[in-house]
Amino acid sequence: MHPAFSVIFLTTLIGVGQGIFLALFTGQSYSAVELLPTQHSANFYGNGAIIALLFLIGGLIASFFHLGHPERAWRAASQWRTSWLSREVIALPILMGLVFIYGVMHHMGWDSILLTTDKGAKLSLTLIVATLGMLATFALFLCTGMIYACLKFLQEWYSPLTVINYTLYGTASGFLLMTAFANVSAPDLMSFYGIWSMIIIIAVFITRFASLVRNARIKYKSTMQTALGVRHTKIQQKAMGFMGGSVNTRDFFHHTSLMFMRNMKWIFMLLVGPIPFVLLWIGMESQSTSTLLTAFVVMYIGLIAERWFFFAQANHPQNLYYQTV
Amino acid sequence: MTQLALVIDLNVCVGCHACVTSCKEWNTSGPAGSMCDDNPYGQDPTGTFFNRVQTYEIGEFPTTETLHFPKSCLHCEDPPCVPVCPTGASYKREEDGIVLVDYDKCIGCRYCSWACPYGVREIDEHMKVMKKCTLCVDRIYDESLPANERKPACVLACPTSARLFGDVHDPESPISITIREEGGYQLMPEWGTKPSNHYLPRRKTRMHIHEDELQRADNPLKKEQRSGTSAPVDAPTLDDSTSW
Amino acid sequence: MPVVHNPIQPPEGRIEVKNTTCYMCACRCGIRVTLRDGEVRYIQGNPDHPLNKGVICAKGASGIMKQYSPARLTKPLRRKQEALRGDAQFEEIEWDEAFGIMEERLKHLRETDPKKFALFTGRDQMQALTGLFAKQYGTPNYAAHGGFCSVNMATGMIYTIGGSFWEFGGPDLERAKLFIMIGTAEDHHSNPMKMALSQFKRNGGRFISINPVRTGYSAIADEWVPIKPGTDGALMLSIIHELIRTGLFDREFLTQYTNAAELVSTDEQSDDFGLFIRTDIPLDPHCFDPQDRVWWDRDEDKAVHSRTEGVEPRLLGEFTLADGRKAKPSFQLLKERTDQYNPEWAESVTGIPADTIRRLAYEMGITARDEKIELPIAWTDAWGKDHETITGNPVAFHSMRGTAAHSNGFQTIRAMSILMTILGTIDRPGGFRHKAPFPRPIPPCAKTPNSIHGVKPNTPLGGMPLGWPADPNDLFVDDDGNPIRIDKGFSWEFPLSAHGLMHNVITNAWRGDPYTIDTLLIFMANMAWNSSMNTDEVRKMLNDKDDNGEYKIPYIIVADAFQSEMTAYADLILPDTTYLERHDVMSMLDRPISEYDGPVDSVRIPVVPPKGDCKPFQEVLIEMGSRLKLPAFVDKEGKRKFRDYPDFVVNYETEPGSGIGFLAGWRGKGGEKFMKGEPNPNQWKMYEENNCVYQYHLPKSYQYMRNWNRGYLNWAQEHRLMRFAEPINIHIYSEVLMKFRLAAQGKTEGKQPPAHLRKRIETHFDPLPFYSEPLESQLTDKHKYPLNAITQRPMAMYHSWDSQNAWLRQIHTYNYMYVHPSTAQKAGIEDGGWMWAESMHGKVRCLCRYTEALEPGTIWTWNAIGKSKGAWRLDDDANESQKGFLLNHLISEELPAHEAGEHVSNSDPLTGQAGWYDVRVRIYKAEEGEENVSYPQFNAMPALPGTEKTNKWQAFFAGLFTRGGK
Repeated sequence: MHPAFSVIFLTTLIGVGQGIFLALFTGQSYSAVELLPTQHSANFYGNGAIIALLFLIGGLIASFFHLGHPERAWRAASQWRTSWLSREVIALPILMGLVFIYGVMHHMGWDSILLTTDKGAKLSLTLIVATLGMLATFALFLCTGMIYACLKFLQEWYSPLTVINYTLYGTASGFLLMTAFANVSAPDLMSFYGIWSMIIIIAVFITRFASLVRNARIKYKSTMQTALGVRHTKIQQKAMGFMGGSVNTRDFFHHTSLMFMRNMKWIFMLLVGPIPFVLLWIGMESQSTSTLLTAFVVMYIGLIAERWFFFAQANHPQNLYYQTV
Repeated sequence: MTQLALVIDLNVCVGCHACVTSCKEWNTSGPAGSMCDDNPYGQDPTGTFFNRVQTYEIGEFPTTETLHFPKSCLHCEDPPCVPVCPTGASYKREEDGIVLVDYDKCIGCRYCSWACPYGVREIDEHMKVMKKCTLCVDRIYDESLPANERKPACVLACPTSARLFGDVHDPESPISITIREEGGYQLMPEWGTKPSNHYLPRRKTRMHIHEDELQRADNPLKKEQRSGTSAPVDAPTLDDSTSW
Repeated sequence: MPVVHNPIQPPEGRIEVKNTTCYMCACRCGIRVTLRDGEVRYIQGNPDHPLNKGVICAKGASGIMKQYSPARLTKPLRRKQEALRGDAQFEEIEWDEAFGIMEERLKHLRETDPKKFALFTGRDQMQALTGLFAKQYGTPNYAAHGGFCSVNMATGMIYTIGGSFWEFGGPDLERAKLFIMIGTAEDHHSNPMKMALSQFKRNGGRFISINPVRTGYSAIADEWVPIKPGTDGALMLSIIHELIRTGLFDREFLTQYTNAAELVSTDEQSDDFGLFIRTDIPLDPHCFDPQDRVWWDRDEDKAVHSRTEGVEPRLLGEFTLADGRKAKPSFQLLKERTDQYNPEWAESVTGIPADTIRRLAYEMGITARDEKIELPIAWTDAWGKDHETITGNPVAFHSMRGTAAHSNGFQTIRAMSILMTILGTIDRPGGFRHKAPFPRPIPPCAKTPNSIHGVKPNTPLGGMPLGWPADPNDLFVDDDGNPIRIDKGFSWEFPLSAHGLMHNVITNAWRGDPYTIDTLLIFMANMAWNSSMNTDEVRKMLNDKDDNGEYKIPYIIVADAFQSEMTAYADLILPDTTYLERHDVMSMLDRPISEYDGPVDSVRIPVVPPKGDCKPFQEVLIEMGSRLKLPAFVDKEGKRKFRDYPDFVVNYETEPGSGIGFLAGWRGKGGEKFMKGEPNPNQWKMYEENNCVYQYHLPKSYQYMRNWNRGYLNWAQEHRLMRFAEPINIHIYSEVLMKFRLAAQGKTEGKQPPAHLRKRIETHFDPLPFYSEPLESQLTDKHKYPLNAITQRPMAMYHSWDSQNAWLRQIHTYNYMYVHPSTAQKAGIEDGGWMWAESMHGKVRCLCRYTEALEPGTIWTWNAIGKSKGAWRLDDDANESQKGFLLNHLISEELPAHEAGEHVSNSDPLTGQAGWYDVRVRIYKAEEGEENVSYPQFNAMPALPGTEKTNKWQAFFAGLFTRGGK
């Protein structure tokens, strides 16, 4: 597939936003059961929510660049029964709304403890909103991942790993950014987020590696033989019916070399895994916000590369019909 | 229930592209139009076409087959492009199974084109909506046209009548019979999309010559032979030397 | 789910529907044009038209983009005084001025030396008018493109069977069981061939394609037989050999309907050596092919009158006549000729395995014999014998430029015609069928003047500009035997050049050999590009000046509808209309669209008004004919006779009161007559009401065996298709050719060839077909240039003119050189990589595409996709000029100096057919670091005044054509 930058930015930006929100939710939940110290409502949760919201809005804006008719985007909510894209279109604003409410509540101090358990765990109003947001976040991860994972003839994508990787990459990038953010506004949570970040980075390194291994072994169901209905081992296209290109040649090919693809694979695996991991380690050790931020930026660049590769690697069966000018 | 479709006979398609341009000329000025062209007189001209004819070579010299392969929307019975559409712009008509795009609802997200394994949807880069073969739905119900012209433009145009049009759900329709009797098949059956359009394979006519056929009772060369034998009667024969 | 966008509702607008005839190629299908608010909305095949029955091709369906092409010329243009030819610097002028310029010039030439004016047209099918104009003007220098197209196909067959393929006749695929297509690309014939092929296959017919390349029609063949280019004759002769050897020929057909059994004098000492033995029956002076021949009676063992009722002649043997002369039947001579051509020999020449050749022969012979058709149609033959049935041997052939465009093509096509004949398939069901006005006498009656006295100032030409020589005395040469035509047509260099040699006009005029001319008028021919061999040099010649600084071709007028490469070299450009803007006739006087079952002609009627100031070329000729007071165009007082072309078409008669005009249908005052009748003022209207076509169905009994069908021949004579109603017997042995050979041997009294051409004439004017290597191959170092290079036209592009078509150029926007992988790899050339192809004349750099559907000793490309930069109103970076290329740069219009002369055309020595496909080449990889553009490149041609600007994008919608800025 041709990697469209609007979609790359959409998925990576909202992933960061979703990850940040998951981090906020996790942090607040741990605090609620007193596993972590309680944080300042506005400064940490409130501002964290703003950051998450900014990423979500950024993703939304990016998505509009992908649309021919963004003014009709509202229509996209109508087909939730069948379309994961439609579901994403619903889940994203819900999440944004919840994040917004969550942020406003923390900023305005609209919170109250509804329930306290015997062991001292406190159920607050914001935690309920955060829980709903957490559910929306996972729903959104599911929708985004399933947009790709539901296309069965895009065999590179048609796998639970697609959803898992989308979820874990978003979460990792969000937690990583929150590590840096915590170093500034809640230093006692820094190592909590840092360690979680490390765990998720390791996890997604494994799951992404698994998907690479899986994709390297794909046996394509569609072949020249099934595409044309001709039984012969040697079939070669000589003309695709036009010579100046078409949607079929522009939207479904990455237009780069095999070498470039191979290099991209190692580059993104380094950028989203070992390098930010090491930078994160150093940043945590030195409690350096700039190092932690660098870890995030490196990872985000890696994510763009990862997403580019994700699209570029997907081999659409229509390409069988478009091989030779 | 009706399912309109095309049957494309690869046995007679000579790859002339008549279906390609007759589709374009009809549809660019119709409800499905316009169909824009970029760089129409410049480098790498490219434009919207609902139908293309491709060329393939099968096998190696000297037993090569050259295959011309027209391809347009297959109007799948289970079209993967329809459920993925977030706006409902991509739809399959209940009354005749034609898969269409509602240009007024389409947001141009291209997701349906990703969801089509056959590569038959074309985004219009200027109108910013997805376009595709309509089976000339604006012709086939147009009662102002003579009955025999209520067919897709490509079908009317095809000089080899390689494109047949009809209802594949009616087992007695001419195209259903053709599919049944001439080995009609679907593209990429592995995805379960159940394309309505079918293709008919190459069929060969061969001639088998029996050696008897090379003999002929009335061989005209016989008429050129001189009568009688050239050997003199008194030359030696077996008559002179047998001793049984 | 409610639908917002209604996919069925037609857009609003004023709809009109009009019928006319297509001209996106030369096929001439009937079309129905729908207009919306005056703009062309839809062009469909006319379902009521006999030719295409409703279908249309890719080109026909793209007529809209021709109509609205920005390359349209809209004003007469004059070369700016300071500008050089080729710079394409023009200024707009008015028609009056353009006519004034031409009138002054042409009047002077006509008064002094009319042959200084030359008129050559790229397309024929308007020859009835252009030929008339040239004849009336008095210039011999006129022809259409046939000489560089397929004149070998026309002459080779017409000199043998009195008819040919395409407009003249074709395969009866409705009834054939076996169809052999040889050397046919994807055009001639277009839609009717596609329709017939598909029907034929569906009826279970077996289709064999013999071609170096497998594309288009060959793709759907049941069997593809790859053959080396230029060797088709060897294959045909070998199949004839095999058919004679096995007796798989139609003896009855041969004896009665051909000269197979007629005795030829074989006595070298005798005066009539090589001629038919004649009897002393009194000759009818009007007879073109007297029946005064002799058979050898096999029962009585003596000579008898040919076709004596009840006599069985000998086809084989040598006989001694009463006077002691030796004689052999033609068929014996054919057998002796083909004895040498066994399949093993043919394998070594053609590359086709001997077993395949044998099998092909058997398939043909057995199908012809065992699948015989008997139609219950009674008919009477030319000798008065009644037949209860029509017999057919269902083996059909079709062939075109692939066999024709070689310098050995004439004899190849003679061989093919003879093969078709010995199978007994001529004008019979399932075989070859004529189309009116064919068959013609062999050769046809039209003749050029035969001396310089035919060309006189202020006088129409003393004969036709093009004709059909029957013997050396018909040649159009001066008293010294030198050519009179600028193209040397009908001279000893090319005696049977029935369509002229347009491909040599510019070179000859430039060199002043045989003489210089003054004004060259080119209509619709891209001589500065794909219509010329040796394009680069020809462009230089068009631009070349003599020592006085005058152009060697002093004045060039180009009539074209588009900004072609040729327009750049014009001194005066006349903007022509498109086919949708003009009246046209597909006349019985030219090449009508007749069907097998009778004559058909058709017309074009404008469906949209002309764009800008463009004017149909016919109107230009009518205007010029009137201004120059050419007899056919003015009355006795010298006043203009015809208002315009439509008026001319209705009222012109070949001779006053002849009743024969341009259109055959609805003649007579009220339209009650056809073929012959007085002018009908409502003739156009009647054509318009009848789908622009007139069709006449002959009675069934006149539809077959027309060479010998008494009923048909009388009908044709009565309706003035033919002067004579005599049988047209097939020339297995060609006495016509023998007469030229005898002249070359110095054995005749009449005109004699110049010494340096005697051997050439003697060799090639062989009365029996023979195989010889194409001339260029003979003169090429084949070790250095081991490959053949050929071209063909794709179905979706016709000529050069479709590159300005925004839809069609998306299908073919540049061309590859197709090479077999093994051949390419030997030269280190990659699939998709840049390569060079080089002949002894030139070289091209181009892109390579591997193909398995190709004889490995051949390379090929699509013709005329490559364009000169800026021509046809394409951007300078358009693929056509940057990646596209012309093979023409490798092909010379003249052969290297050899014994026949220094500047002999690269053409068939009999007919002047351009030897397009004789070129030999070598290929090699383009070096690393070479520019990735095709070679050669030419300076960009600027946009001509009056053409439109081009846009970055456009979206055609009839009535609301929107275009995006740049």
